[in-house]
Order: sequence, then structure tokens, then C-alpha cells
Amino acid sequence: MSVNLSKGQAISLQKSDGGTLTAVRMGLGWQAAPRRGLFGKRSKEIDLDASAVLFADKQPVDVVFFQHLVSDDGSIKHTGDNLVGGAGQGGDDEAIMVDLQRIPVHIDQIVFTVNSFSGQTFSEVENAFCRLVDETNGQELARYTLTGGGDYTGQIMAKVHRQGSGWQMTAIGNPAHGRTFQDMIPEILAHL
Amino acid sequence: MTAELIRGQNHPLPGARVEIRVSAGQPVIAGATLNDSEGRMRDAGWIAHPAAPHLPGLEVSRQAAAGHRLAVDLEALPVDVHRVNVLLALPTGPGGAGRFGAVAAPYLAVTGLDGTEIATYTATGLDAESAVVALELYRRQGAWKVRAVGQGYAGGLAAMLDDQGLPSARELAATINEAVAAGMARTVAPPPAAGDREGSPERGAARAARGGPASGTGPSPSAGPSPEPGAHTPSGTPSEAGAPSPAGGPVDYRHPKRPAAAPAPGTGSPPGTGSPAGAPPGAGAADRPPEPVAGDAPGWSLEERLYNQVWGMFEDLARAVAAYRSAVDFAESRMEREVDRVLDDPRARVGPAADAARDAARAKQAQLVEQAQSALDRDLAQLVAEAGVVEPALPPALARWDNPVWQAYQVPQDTPLALRLGDLWLPERAELRIPMLVRLPLSRGLWVDSGRAADTAEAGLLDAAELRRLGAQTATAIAARLYAVHPPGQFSVRVIDPAGSAAGALAPLVETGALAEPPAAGAAGVARTLEQLTRRVDLVQMAVRSGNADALPPDLDPAEQLLVVHDFPHGFDDRAVTQLRYLADEGPGVGVHLLMAADREEARAYGPVLDPLWRSLLRLTPVPSDHLADPWVGHAWTYEPPLAPGGSEVVPQVLRQAVAGRRENGR
Repeated sequence: MSVNLSKGQAISLQKSDGGTLTAVRMGLGWQAAPRRGLFGKRSKEIDLDASAVLFADKQPVDVVFFQHLVSDDGSIKHTGDNLVGGAGQGGDDEAIMVDLQRIPVHIDQIVFTVNSFSGQTFSEVENAFCRLVDETNGQELARYTLTGGGDYTGQIMAKVHRQGSGWQMTAIGNPAHGRTFQDMIPEILAHL
Repeated sequence: MTAELIRGQNHPLPGARVEIRVSAGQPVIAGATLNDSEGRMRDAGWIAHPAAPHLPGLEVSRQAAAGHRLAVDLEALPVDVHRVNVLLALPTGPGGAGRFGAVAAPYLAVTGLDGTEIATYTATGLDAESAVVALELYRRQGAWKVRAVGQGYAGGLAAMLDDQGLPSARELAATINEAVAAGMARTVAPPPAAGDREGSPERGAARAARGGPASGTGPSPSAGPSPEPGAHTPSGTPSEAGAPSPAGGPVDYRHPKRPAAAPAPGTGSPPGTGSPAGAPPGAGAADRPPEPVAGDAPGWSLEERLYNQVWGMFEDLARAVAAYRSAVDFAESRMEREVDRVLDDPRARVGPAADAARDAARAKQAQLVEQAQSALDRDLAQLVAEAGVVEPALPPALARWDNPVWQAYQVPQDTPLALRLGDLWLPERAELRIPMLVRLPLSRGLWVDSGRAADTAEAGLLDAAELRRLGAQTATAIAARLYAVHPPGQFSVRVIDPAGSAAGALAPLVETGALAEPPAAGAAGVARTLEQLTRRVDLVQMAVRSGNADALPPDLDPAEQLLVVHDFPHGFDDRAVTQLRYLADEGPGVGVHLLMAADREEARAYGPVLDPLWRSLLRLTPVPSDHLADPWVGHAWTYEPPLAPGGSEVVPQVLRQAVAGRRENGR
């Protein structure tokens, strides 16, 4: 059952049957908020970007984002940059697929982030959400609503980290500022 | 219009009075729980189950049945209720399937009062679970919606009720099972049990009660319905007591052709797929990687599937090795950091503590490298097995010369999709050869670099003459391959050999009659051949631009042309060099291809003028050399040219057949 996260909430998740996760997807969906005023119908385009940073012992090793869509080892894939968000509601506009079984042995944490590349804050987007889905069965593990999320341009969503022989996910949901993931690295490091 | 919901999807309800129909292959227990706006069950009475089937606005059946009809009046529910969870559970006791994976997936339909379906949901994907939250009806901004949940619980009814925050979940589960068992005793005779299973409800309940005191709190309210794995696993319900073997065998819901679940489709019929009589699928097969099958990739034809599969193997090998190298590099750097830290502290630099720290750092490094190695070995074993089935299945154009398919060579009817230009490998596993494939028609010229620049140890040991001989042989092998894989009349080979130095290597082409005319010798021959080809490029370009293919002169050979250039730049004057560059730039678009066997050093007198020419050509080497990069990670791959094994007569033999085939076609 999906967990709706509130800001800063951290929850460890496993599959409800006690098994470990093998593949997860981070989905990001949004719409631009219509502008008020004379040309009220006109909406500004908003470009949100989802990124995943791979860490080995707190050192960033690889990153998957709109300019590097597949991690070198092939375990993490980005579905591609979406510059304007969704026309309708619901679906993921950008998604990052993680094959946890193929992640190199030295990678112990993967941090998922969202940035507003075009600079609008999350208060200007509509129907924006981030969710983590168990890719093997389509079950939603966690959802974070960014809409009306206040005056910041980035969000450190969650981290997936090694736990024993398997993986666990911890939701972070920490607001941040930055155009791309690089701007947020110091803030990410605080969460490792 | 009916909405077919998938897990997690929701749909608005048009009215407050709906009916939920449940159909299942086996008798199931249906129940419902109510939650308030915070997802809590505010009142212990907020549950409808067979032992207490009535709630205001809601009624469930008293017994387990294969079909249920739950009438719900959402307006009659207590005003605090924000969510109604519709639960299904398999009855415990003899004859029960024990897990949803063994029965047909339950199907739920939400209908209006007139019976029209509003939304339907099939609760697939369940396996060991014996209880499931199938649907939820919830209040959102004053309106009611339905959502397909499909959350299963291996721990059965008790675990599910516990997850709902019910204080005495186990006791209630036992009560429900008892009520259902009583109902069953009244109505149906239990089918003969496959094995006497000691799972009577009473004993199950007693064991559950002993197993652990049911906690009164459950998950904390802020966490909401967060699944708490610990609560589910130590379940006392008989669903986990033993492997169920209901009559009729388990129903396998996995997609029959999806490789993750079953061995890949293809020519072979792997054991155990889809046959209920065979070994029960799932248990062992899931851990084992699927058997590789040739052609296991998308494509319209087998050739295209094999081509895509080879590229898939290429990428997988590149990425597997990237993961390995990254891990090893990291292990090294971490060890160095840790050893440096020891050395930084002058007091701790020597002594047993420092030694221990150093040893620990080395042990950590060794352990990580070992892990990386085992992951790499696992991946490489898979790729080696795949190469083992793919290599023999390749058609001639993609096969090595030593593949038996060349012995059975027949003149082709169609131009192949791609050509194998050699093998690629990485030092991590040199025996795993990836075919280097290029699409046909060639989009750029080829350059067999017979110069010293082939800076491998192997090249260093050979003298210049030997390198040039090997270069000429490689060029002949590639030209022969291109000639043989094209249908009659669609490809012809011309050779420029101004000084005659490559005569030995050219023998197979010359003697079999594969060349349209003998190798052009001397400066005059060079000029004539280049002139002809340049004219051809000009004419075809003009015809293409004007859209008038009929305007081509009748003597123009419509076949694609391959020009093999040896001994460059001997016999070339400035005009010839300009024409050659023109052919390299413009030729590929109009079917004139260039294959140079040349040493760049010998043409250095031309200075940087020729740099664009060399850059435009795909550089190959007559001896293995690691100068090619893959497009994903950029590893340096060792290229090995496509030479026939020593003493093999396969190339002349194939060429003779290809020439004979062309003669038959009157060309």
C-alpha cells in the first residue's frame, strides 16, 4: 500500500511480504500551473528533472540524469528528459528505472532528486508528484506531493541503500535549491 | 463504460449506492473494514466479516463462496468513515488452497444498482498471500472513488487485520475462520484433501495466540497503513504450513513469453514452461538465469534479431566490465586512502596498530574486489553461454570464417543487414568474442592500417613488410566477405595495386575471377580507375538530384562498387588524391565504397591535407589492437581482423561459388 509522505518523513520500506526489492522506478509527473491575469490561459512551461546519484562510501561515482541516461554499468536507466510536463494528470513524465540486482558491488547508496531546471519553484507547478514504484509488480511504495511545495527548486526524494544482502528505501523528502543535481550535492551528502 | 482498473488506479463512483461483485475460482471470505480520514479504524466494530456481517450501509456474506455480492450504501455509513476496504481471504482448513497463487485470480466488479459495471479489477500477481485488500472505496473532496489496491498478505487474515490497526487481529481472524468453517460444514462437503494438513482453524488460532501477544497499538498512526514486514512473517495461519497441492494444479499467472519469468521464447522448448504436469515453475527457475536462445531480441527477421542480440551482448559486456572496473578502482582508492590515513599520523605510523589498520584496509579491498569479480563472473558466464548459442546460429555475413555456415555457403538472394568486420574483446575475458558488425550498405570507408601506428606489442614484433602483407590479407578477407554476401549483380570489387606489391594477398580474388577487371597497376591504372568511379559518383548524384534514374547511361554498372586501394600513395598524383578524397566523402551515399590498406606514415608528405581522409575512414588493424571504443562506456576494445584460419581454403572456395553464381545469372 502506498505511503503518502509528508515533508522530511523517513520510512524504511520493504515489500510487504518481507521480500527484498529487486527493481524500483522513480516516477515524476507534473503540470505547469496556469498563470493568472489577462492571458490566464497561457501557462508557463516548467521543466522538472529527475536524477539518480550513485554513491560508493559517500563518494559520488556515477549519475543518471537527462544528459547521461544510462549509468555506465547499465543498472539504472532514465526514460529521457521531459521539458514541459504532462498534458494530463497521473502518468509519470520522467522515470528512472533501477535494477537493484545489477548495481555494481561497491555502490551502496542511490539518491533520487528532483530539480526545477527552468527555475520555477514548486509552488508554481500543479499536480506534481514523485513516487517510487516496485517495478516488479507495479506497486507504489511511496508518493510525495510537490504541488504547492513552497519556495524551493529541488527536492532530495529518497535513497535506496544496501541492507544486508538486499536493499531498502528511505524516503527523505528534503527540500533543497538547485538547477541540477550538482548544485545539491552538498545537501545530498548530509543525508548519506 | 467500464473502467478496467490496474493496481493503484482509481475511478470515480457515480452514486452512493453500489454493489461489489466478487468472483473467484474457489470459495473466498469477503469482508470490509472502515477507516476514518486518518486511515485508522476508529472503532473495533468498524469491520464486517462472516461472524458479524452487518454494518450500517454495508453487509457481507456469512460464508465463504466463489461469488459474493456486497451491497454498499456509502451515505448510510458513519459520517466519520472516509474509506471502505474490501478484503478477501482464503478460508483455512481442509480443502483450502491456502494461497491465492494456487487459485484463479479473484475478479471484482463495482456495479451500479442496475447492474451496470462501473469499474472492474482482477487481483493478479498474488502468490503466497492468503488474504488481500482488493479494493478501497474512499471519500475525496466530498465524492466517493474506488481504487484497486491488491495488497496481499502472506500472513493471512490475521496479518491483514493487524495491518488495519485492529487491536485483537489474531483473535478476530480466528473467529472469522471459525464462523466460515461452521458455514462450510453446513453447505459444502470438503473435497478430499491431498494430504492431511494439520491446519484446523482452532489449532491455527491457538498457535497464533501462543506465537505472540497481539499488540494493541499496531503501526503508529503517522505511518498510516505502512506495511510492517515483521508483523506478517511470523504468521500462524496454515497458508505457510506446507506447499499446497490443490486438485487441478497451481495456476501460473506469469506471462508465458516474458523472459524474466520463464526461459525466453525461441526455437527450443525449455522444460517446465506452462505445463502443469511438469515441475512446479517458480521455485528453482527464478534463481537460475534463463537459458540463452539465439535470436532472443526484437526484430522483423531472424537476421535482424541476431543482429540486435549481438549488439545487446556488446552493450551488456561493456556495462558489466564497467561495473567491475569501477568497483575495483574504488576498492583501490579506498585502500590507498585508508593506508594514507595511517601514515598521516606520525605516532601511529609504526607499530602493531598501524599494521593491523593496513591489513584491515587490504582485506576490505580484497573483499570488494572478490565481490566485484564474482558479479563479473556471473555476468560473463551468462554472456559466454549466450555467445555459445548465438555464434553457431549466425548467417554467413555475421559469422566467422571458421563457422560451418561458410562451408555450406550458397549465393544469397538478398543483401544482408550487416557485415562482420572482425571480433572485439576485452582483457577481462579474452575468449568472449563479440562480433563487430556494421550495417550494410557501408556508411563510411574502411582503412586497414598496416603502419607501425598499430602500436600493440604484437605489431611491434613484426617488421613493416610483414605488417603490410597482413594488412593486404585483411583487406582481401573483408573484400571477399563483402563480395560473397551480396546477391549476384549487386556488388563488384575493383582493386588498385599500383606497384603490384599486394599480388600475393590478392591471389584469391584474382584467381577465382571475383574481380571485374585485373588490379589496376601503375599511375595510369590508378588514374583510369579513379576517373571511372568519380564519373559514376557524379552521374548517380545527378540522377538522384534530378529524380531521373532513367537518365543514367546504359553502360553504367548498377552494382555497388568497392574500391580496394593498396600501396597508397604510390602511383597517386595530386589529382588522384583529390579524387580519392572525393570518393571517400561522396561515394558511400551513391554506392561507391572505399577500402584502403595503407600506412599513414607513407603518405605523410601530403601533410595535414589527408587528415580528413583518415578520419573519415573506419580504422581497422591487421593485428589485434585495442583502438576501438564502444558507444556506451568508451572502453578500449581489442579488435581482431576477420582472417580465415591458417591453411583454410574457405575464402577461395566461397569466392569460386560466388563467381559461379554470378555467371549463372549472366553477369
